[in-house]
Amino acid sequence: MLEIKNLSFQVENGDDKQKEILDNINLSISSGSFVAITGPNGSGKSTLAKMIMGIEKPTEGQIFFNGEDITEKSIHQRAKAGIGFAFQQPVHFKGMKVIDLLSLAAGHKLDVEEACSYLSQVGLCAINYIFRELDNSLSGGEMKRIEIAMLAARDVNLYIFDEPEAGIDLWSFQNLIQVFKNLLTKTNGIIIVISHQERILEIADRIIVLEEGKIAKDGNSGEVLPHLMFGVEDCHFYGRRVNF
Amino acid sequence: MKTELKQILQQVSGIDGIPNGAYSFRINGISELHNNSENTEIVKKSDKPGIDVVVKPNTKGELVHIPTLIDHSGLNDLVYNDFFIGENSEIHIIAGCGIHNDGMHATQHSGIHTFYIGKNAKVKYEEKHYGQGQGTGNRIISPKTIIHLAEGSSLEIDSAQIDGVDYTKRLTEATIGDNASLTTKEVILTTANQTAYTDFRIELDGKNSSCSIVSRSVAKGESKQFFYSVINGNNQCQGHSACDAIIMDYATVKAVPDVTANHVDAQLIHEAAIGKIAGEQITKLMSLGLNYEEAEAEIVAAFLR
Repeated sequence: MLEIKNLSFQVENGDDKQKEILDNINLSISSGSFVAITGPNGSGKSTLAKMIMGIEKPTEGQIFFNGEDITEKSIHQRAKAGIGFAFQQPVHFKGMKVIDLLSLAAGHKLDVEEACSYLSQVGLCAINYIFRELDNSLSGGEMKRIEIAMLAARDVNLYIFDEPEAGIDLWSFQNLIQVFKNLLTKTNGIIIVISHQERILEIADRIIVLEEGKIAKDGNSGEVLPHLMFGVEDCHFYGRRVNF
Repeated sequence: MKTELKQILQQVSGIDGIPNGAYSFRINGISELHNNSENTEIVKKSDKPGIDVVVKPNTKGELVHIPTLIDHSGLNDLVYNDFFIGENSEIHIIAGCGIHNDGMHATQHSGIHTFYIGKNAKVKYEEKHYGQGQGTGNRIISPKTIIHLAEGSSLEIDSAQIDGVDYTKRLTEATIGDNASLTTKEVILTTANQTAYTDFRIELDGKNSSCSIVSRSVAKGESKQFFYSVINGNNQCQGHSACDAIIMDYATVKAVPDVTANHVDAQLIHEAAIGKIAGEQITKLMSLGLNYEEAEAEIVAAFLR
């Protein structure tokens, strides 16, 4: 169970003015849920995800995870408490091999077979990748898929994916959906995906729409999705639907 | 062999005792424990300290160990080792120097190594430098490596200064012939008040000659590192040097890559990057459950791997 109470985050906006990035967010997410958080650029989606992981600290409010107040806990304490995070922009590490990162994520040294199983889930021909360095020789799409495999290797109860679809090709997309489903089945935990992707929104149990730092809509896909699509004509957000 | 010597042998050579094949151990300034193989002869020099390692032409797959081990505080050891690698040979040499200093006197090893690598021969050369001991005396290792690569030959050098060396000044000079190549990867860690100078001077004389000089280093504490790399492209050739350093605490790192094209078909690249550990790298590893210190240690260890 994840509970967010009265969460706000303000930043200095020059001229001593405060800009409200998140404004009094209240949320409760039960275990066994697949939740998509969507909204226009700058609506506070990634900031909210980072707040949950502890990468950003709120100005006000509290975050509870499995009944425990984690608001003041550090990133690594939250990680140990069972929260995992896949970054929107995966981080490069010179000298660190893919299998090293996967092993750190899993919490033990992985053998080749185990490491390959995680990479295969995200559509990478594993043996070609596990001993590659996480440096600039990997493309953005490859890094993104490795980031998703990394989170899949973690044994946690709350998985947060920040725009996992960015840079993922069409062939890999179905793998991505399957990763979410497998994690949900395996852990009966919580999957939170920050996404603009219609196909991810369609399979989510619940869609939360953020606008200007506030929850604008919150409901199941049947309730929320038609309103998002309706917004196309008004150029509300999603300027155009993408047809595959 | 004493425990301390065994410890440093393990660190610099990855072995616990006498290896198979050809070897020569230099212990406290004296060349001892020699062994020849069928194709590799190790000859003690008669005019100065050191050995000649002579590898017959067409030798394949031999491993040669030449560790230097010192535990006499205050010793200043100078050695000349020459390597004559026969044509078409493929050989792997594991060198390295370890100093255990429990005393108050500076202990120094200076190895002057000259390679004569024959036509189409391929050599891999590993060299680790390591210091340990509770004494206040400095541990100093300053190698000079002179390389002559004949037509079609190649030399791959992996060198690492892994820990505990207070001062090093290492110079590598190479002349590279037609279709020959030199690849070096050096890894250096300095801590406390240690100082490391590393200096490459490469002459790409041959047609289609090439070199790749890569240095990765981490400077902690108040240590100082200086990286100099001079590559002269004197023919149709390719040269690349890269110095990549992580700076921490109050350390200093200086990198001076220098490339000169003396031929219109010389292609030369140099790169130098110095910076602290990126905050996003720490954040990423902390999100996997590592605390700050563990995350930093993982990043440094991977960088120097």
